Amino acid sequence: MKRFHSGIKHLILLALVFAALVLSGCADSKKEEAKPEAEKAEVKQEEAGQEPLILAFDAVPVAMDPHVQLSGGMLQYSHMVFDPLVRWTQDMDIEPRLAKSWEQIDPLTLRFKLREGVKFHSGNEFTAEDVAYTLERLKKSEDFKGLFEPFDKAVAVDPYTVDIKTKEPYGLTLAMCTYIFPLDKKFYAGKDEIVKSGPSFANENESGTGPFVVTKYVPGEQMAMKANPNYWTERGNVEELVIKAIPNSPARVAALLSKDVDFIMPVPPTDMKRIDETEGLKLTTLPGSRIITLQMNQERRPEFKNQKVRQAIVHAIDNPGIVEKIMKGFATAAGQQGPKGYAGYVEELTPRYDLEKAQQLMKDAGYENGFECTMIAPNNRYVNDAKIAEAVVSMLSKINITVNLKTMPKAQYWDQFDARTADIQMIGWHSDTEDSANFSEYLMMCPDKETGIGQYNSGEYCNAKVDELVIASRSETDMAKRAEMLQEVERILYEDAAFVPLHWQDLAWASKDNMNTEVIVNTMNFPYFGDLVVK
Amino acid sequence: MFAFIVKRVAQALLVMMIIGFIGFAIKHNFGDPVRDLVGERVTPEERMKIREKLGLNDPFMVQYGRFLKAAVHGDLGRSFFFKKPAMEVIVQKAPATLELVFASACIIVFLSVPLGIFCAIRPKHWFAKFTMGGSIVGVSMPVFLTAILLIYIFSVELGWLPSYGRGETVLLFGWWRSGLLTADGLLHLIMPSIALSSIMLPLFIRLIRSEMMEVLESEYVKYAWAKGIKPRRVWIVHAFKNTLLPVITVGGVQLGIMVAFTILTETVFNWQGMGAMFIESVDRADTSLMVAYLVFVGFIFVLVNTFVDIIYGLVNPMVRVAGRK
Repeated sequence: MKRFHSGIKHLILLALVFAALVLSGCADSKKEEAKPEAEKAEVKQEEAGQEPLILAFDAVPVAMDPHVQLSGGMLQYSHMVFDPLVRWTQDMDIEPRLAKSWEQIDPLTLRFKLREGVKFHSGNEFTAEDVAYTLERLKKSEDFKGLFEPFDKAVAVDPYTVDIKTKEPYGLTLAMCTYIFPLDKKFYAGKDEIVKSGPSFANENESGTGPFVVTKYVPGEQMAMKANPNYWTERGNVEELVIKAIPNSPARVAALLSKDVDFIMPVPPTDMKRIDETEGLKLTTLPGSRIITLQMNQERRPEFKNQKVRQAIVHAIDNPGIVEKIMKGFATAAGQQGPKGYAGYVEELTPRYDLEKAQQLMKDAGYENGFECTMIAPNNRYVNDAKIAEAVVSMLSKINITVNLKTMPKAQYWDQFDARTADIQMIGWHSDTEDSANFSEYLMMCPDKETGIGQYNSGEYCNAKVDELVIASRSETDMAKRAEMLQEVERILYEDAAFVPLHWQDLAWASKDNMNTEVIVNTMNFPYFGDLVVK
Repeated sequence: MFAFIVKRVAQALLVMMIIGFIGFAIKHNFGDPVRDLVGERVTPEERMKIREKLGLNDPFMVQYGRFLKAAVHGDLGRSFFFKKPAMEVIVQKAPATLELVFASACIIVFLSVPLGIFCAIRPKHWFAKFTMGGSIVGVSMPVFLTAILLIYIFSVELGWLPSYGRGETVLLFGWWRSGLLTADGLLHLIMPSIALSSIMLPLFIRLIRSEMMEVLESEYVKYAWAKGIKPRRVWIVHAFKNTLLPVITVGGVQLGIMVAFTILTETVFNWQGMGAMFIESVDRADTSLMVAYLVFVGFIFVLVNTFVDIIYGLVNPMVRVAGRK
C-alpha cells in the first residue's frame, strides 16, 4: 500500500510539471500567431514528393531583406532570389541579366535598356521604376551606402529604359550595377524600412525576379526555396532546394561524405583531398581574390618606419611555404594586393622570400640584434588564420624579431584591430568592386576618419603619391590609363614593403558529382544556383 | 512542503539574478554585437549610431537596470541575430535539447541499472569485468570525440545513420517541435543521444555498482539472507532500493551537467537546440541571447535540484525535505 501511494505521488508530480510546460508554451504560441507567410507555406513544401536539393553552408542568410547586410552570404542569397541588372561571368566579363544592353550617353550617365515581360514573385511587372527605387533604397542602407556613394540616382526614362547617374565620372559604374538587384517597388512600398536587429516586413517577405522563391525561412537553421515558375529565362533543373546551416566544418564535411547533403561550402582545406578522392563526390576550386596580409604599425613601432626593416620582414616570411604546408596548396602566394586578372596586377611583383637578404637588410638597418613586438590575428575568420600567424612568428624569429602573438575569435578581433592594440595585425580583403583600387582605398591610403578612407589601414602607412593615384583612378573612365595608375600603385607598395602580402585563398565547393558545379561557381563566390543542373 | 517551495522559488530567483549579473558583467568581453549585424565595410561612425540606437553605449548600471526591469516582466532581452525576444528563441530551441537530454537519460537509466546491479552481485563474472573495463574507456573519452567517431563509422563508412540535424519533426501543442514521434526523427536521435550518454553512463554503472556492493555487505541484507528470502527479492527490494538514494542525488546534479554537455554534442551533430544556439551566439557576440541562455539554464538547474529533493523524500520517508523541521 505504501509503495502504491508513493507511485501516485510521482505521477501527480510529473503531470504537474508537464502541465506547467504546456501552459508556458501556450502563452508563447499566442504571440507567434502573426507568423510571416514564409512559415505558413511549410506544409505545402513537405507535401511535394520530390526530394529537395540540400545545400549546407556555414550559415543561412541573416534575413530575407537583401539590403540588410553587405556580406558574401547575403549576396549569394540575392543571386538566388533576386536578379541583378548585370552580373560577372566566370572569366570576369559582364553579362546582361535584367538589363538587355547599355551605353554611356554622357560622362555621368549610363543608359540601360531593360528586359520586357519580366515578373516579380508577387506577380507585379518589372519596370524602370523598380530600378530607381532599388538604388534609392541601397543609398539608405547602412551597409551599401558606402559603395553607392559615387552614385547620384537612377531616372526612369520610360518603363524599359533607365539612366543611372553618378555624381562625377566614375570608372566602375557598370561593375557596381552587379550589386543592383531590383526590388519590387509596389510590393515593398510603405513598409520597406531596413531593420538590422528587429522584425520588419522586408526581413520576412521577399519579391524579386530571381530563379527561386523562398518558401520557408528559419533564421540560423534553414531556408527552403522552390523554383520560380514564371522565370524570364532558361534556368537549371532544380525544382526545390534547402539551404541548411552547419557551422561546424567537420560536421559539414561528414554530412557530405555520408551523402546526407548535396553541396557544401566553404570546404576546409584539410578535407579537400579526401573529398576529391571520394567516389560520387567532386571538389571544384578556383583561385580566389581574397588577399591575406599583415600590417606593420608605424605609429606604434618606430622600427617599422624604416623601409629596410619592412623589407626584411617581407623577405623573411616564406609565403610559398605557408601555401604549400599550411594551405595544402589551396592558395596562391602573393606579392601584391590584387590577383591576376585585376586591373592593377603587375606580372613581375612576385613573392620575395629570401632569408639571407632579410638578415642582411636587418643588419643594414642597424637592427642586427632584432627587437620585440606584438601581433594579433583572428582564429576563425580566414582559412587557417591562427596557424598562419604562428608560422609567421617562427619565421620572424630567424631575423631576431621576437613576436608575442595573440589570436582570438573574430567576434573579439575586430574591436582589437580597430583599436590598433598590436604592432602587427592580420587582415584579409576581398575587393567589393572586383577591382584593384578597392584594396588600396581601405588598406593602404592614409587613414582619414572623416571620409572613412583607409579605415582598415592599421599599419598607418601613408604615401601621398599612392593617395593621389588612387583618387585619380576613380574618375578615369579610360580603362587602359586607369590600369596604368593602379599598376603604379602596386609597384610603389611593393618597393616600399608597405604591407606583407601572404596569399590569395582559393575558393572551394564540394558537391555530388552529378551536378555541374564547375559551371555555376566564380571567383566572387556567388554560385549561380539558378543555373545548376542535376543529372 | 509549502515553506520549502517558497524557499526554493526565492533561491531560484536569487540564482538567476546572480547569473544575470555575471553574464551582464562579462558580456562586454565577448565583442561588439553590432559587428556581426553589419558588413565589414561599414564605417565606425555608422556602427556607433547603431550602438546608440540599441542602447549599447549606456553605462553598465543603466543597461543592467533596464535588463532587470524587463526581466521582472519575463522579458530577457532581444536577440540581435534572430531579431526576436531572446526567450522566444530559447523556447523554440529548448524542445530539441530537452528531447536529447531525455533520450540520453533513458539510455543511462535503462542500461546503468541492470549493468550496475549485475556488476555488483557477480563482480568476478567476465561480463562484469568487461563492463568495468569498458566504462573506463567511456569515461575518459571526450564527448566530441565519441561523436565524431560515431559519425565516421555509422554515417560516413557504413551509411546507416544520418550525420546531422533532427530529421522530420512534428509540431505538438503548437510550439513543441518533436522528433520523437517520427521514424526519421528517432533515427536522427540515435547517435547524438548515445554520444551524450557516453560520459554519464559509465559513471552511473560504477556508482550503482559500488553503492550496491556496500549495501550488500550491510547487516540487514545478511539478515534477509538468513531469513531465506529469494535472492531476486533481496537484491531488488532490499539492496537496490537503498542504493538509490546517492544515485538520485548524483543524478540530479548530473542532469544539469548534461544540459551543459549538449553544447558539444549539438555542435558536432548540428542538432538545432539551445547548446548549438549558445555557441553560435558567442561567435556572433549576440550578447543578450547569451545572457538569456545562462539565466534559463540556471533556472533549469534549480528546478531539477528541487525535484531531486522532493523525490528524495518520496523514496526514503525517513529523509524529510530540507526546510521542514
